[in-house]
Amino acid sequence: MKGTKELLTWKEIIPGNVILNPGNAREYRTGDWRSQRPVWDFERCIMCGMCYAFCPDAAIFEREDGYYEADYYYCKGCGICAEECPKKAISMVEE
Amino acid sequence: MGKRRGLEVSVGAAEAVAMADVDVIAAYPITPQTHIVEHLAELVNNGELDAEFVPVESEHSALSVCIGASAAGARTFTCTSAQGLALMNEIVYIASSMRLPIVMILANRSLSAPLSIWNDHSDAMSVRDTGWIQVFAQNGQEVFDHIFFAYRVGEDPKVSLPVMIHVDGFIVTHVIEPVEFWEKEQVERYLPPFKPISRLDPERPVTMGAFAMPQLFTETKVAQDMATTQSMEVILSAWEEIYKITSRRYRPVEAYRTEGAETIFVVQGSFGETLSVAVDELRAKGEPVGLVMPRLWRPFPFELFRSAVKGAKNLIVIDRAISFGGQGGPLAIELRSSLFGLPAPPRVINFICGLASRDVTVEDFKNIYERAVDGSKAPVFQEDFQFYGVRS
Ligand code: SF4
Ligand code: SF4
Repeated sequence: MKGTKELLTWKEIIPGNVILNPGNAREYRTGDWRSQRPVWDFERCIMCGMCYAFCPDAAIFEREDGYYEADYYYCKGCGICAEECPKKAISMVEE
Repeated sequence: MGKRRGLEVSVGAAEAVAMADVDVIAAYPITPQTHIVEHLAELVNNGELDAEFVPVESEHSALSVCIGASAAGARTFTCTSAQGLALMNEIVYIASSMRLPIVMILANRSLSAPLSIWNDHSDAMSVRDTGWIQVFAQNGQEVFDHIFFAYRVGEDPKVSLPVMIHVDGFIVTHVIEPVEFWEKEQVERYLPPFKPISRLDPERPVTMGAFAMPQLFTETKVAQDMATTQSMEVILSAWEEIYKITSRRYRPVEAYRTEGAETIFVVQGSFGETLSVAVDELRAKGEPVGLVMPRLWRPFPFELFRSAVKGAKNLIVIDRAISFGGQGGPLAIELRSSLFGLPAPPRVINFICGLASRDVTVEDFKNIYERAVDGSKAPVFQEDFQFYGVRS
């Protein structure tokens, strides 16, 4: 089955919109609803992972170097990560 | 053919559901649907029917159970009326959008308020646009035959849609009629086992009923609409097969004595049988009248309807539901729009009557005819519609 990125035609949709590939919600770009974005200040960050744990959209990932960051493809800009960060390392910036 | 048995139509309907080898029945009792479900409960309880009977706490749950079961590949049945259908409404749309071939009998009853347990088509019309294939059955035999029809059409992989059978509450459900049963082998041959296009299976997991972004929503709905429209072919062949088995011929638009008719009555459901008597009596007096009954309500057979009324000057459309603030009853509105743009279309004269089982007799139909058409056969009636038999 095609991914949603390739946009199915009505003829290609499986009757009832049944989804055969698990996890294809990943292909939906949901970050474009955002009106502000979280921006990290790694000088302050202590790599505690609270932002990662609190993000309601699982949009924050751990980088190879151990710091955390948002994937803007999915981040909705809710600001919860900035609110929860104990070190005030995240600030919300207007899009 | 099987035996002819004299029984209550509801019991006959339940027997047909049992013969269709249903796997899961979920329903909540509501008048006048009750006897159908009670008889099914009895058959399951007595061990005569190997099916799961789920006594739910509401109609919303009844159809939800059917959705889950149907998604898992079970043949399912539910049955309701009026308020029950209204409570179920959210799920009625979901069943068709998920393309699950659930079969429902709607024992037609007026929607409250005021509270009424009696029969009209206000509940039927409230679900017109829910995406179910919908047929009207006029008597016990038609209900019985259409249970097999409904599963055969709905479960066809080209269709994969739920099917609703409209049956007038009390007027049909509660009468005792002779019903010719089918032989077990005939049902088995007519109705192959249900093979869903997709189903819930732990070995091969899929997601059903998920969220879709606006980029997919319209495409999904177009696919659903195409399936509904294109189900016509499957519907016609399912009726053709019934004819071969039973010699009973069902058509999307039934016509009675329409040859040379200048005025044609159009009705749905049990009014048809009474009206055929009125048509006979009017014909005996030399009046050029006929009767047309759209049996298939969705998908609506536009072409067949137009050709069934071709040549008529007047259509007397009788509705048993109101579109408040609209241009008549839902049937008249539909038919007017289907005739629009034709060269010299017949005039649509619309009456609303028979609400909450108020009796409409042969005499009433003859009065309606007189009121609609005067001696010179020109319509004497100017409004878009009239209520018939209302005290003023
Ligand atoms: S702003 Fe909200 S959605 Fe975006 S990364 Fe932070 S918590 Fe997650
Ligand atoms: S919550 Fe703040 S300090 Fe903790 S990892 Fe996230 S950005 Fe760094």
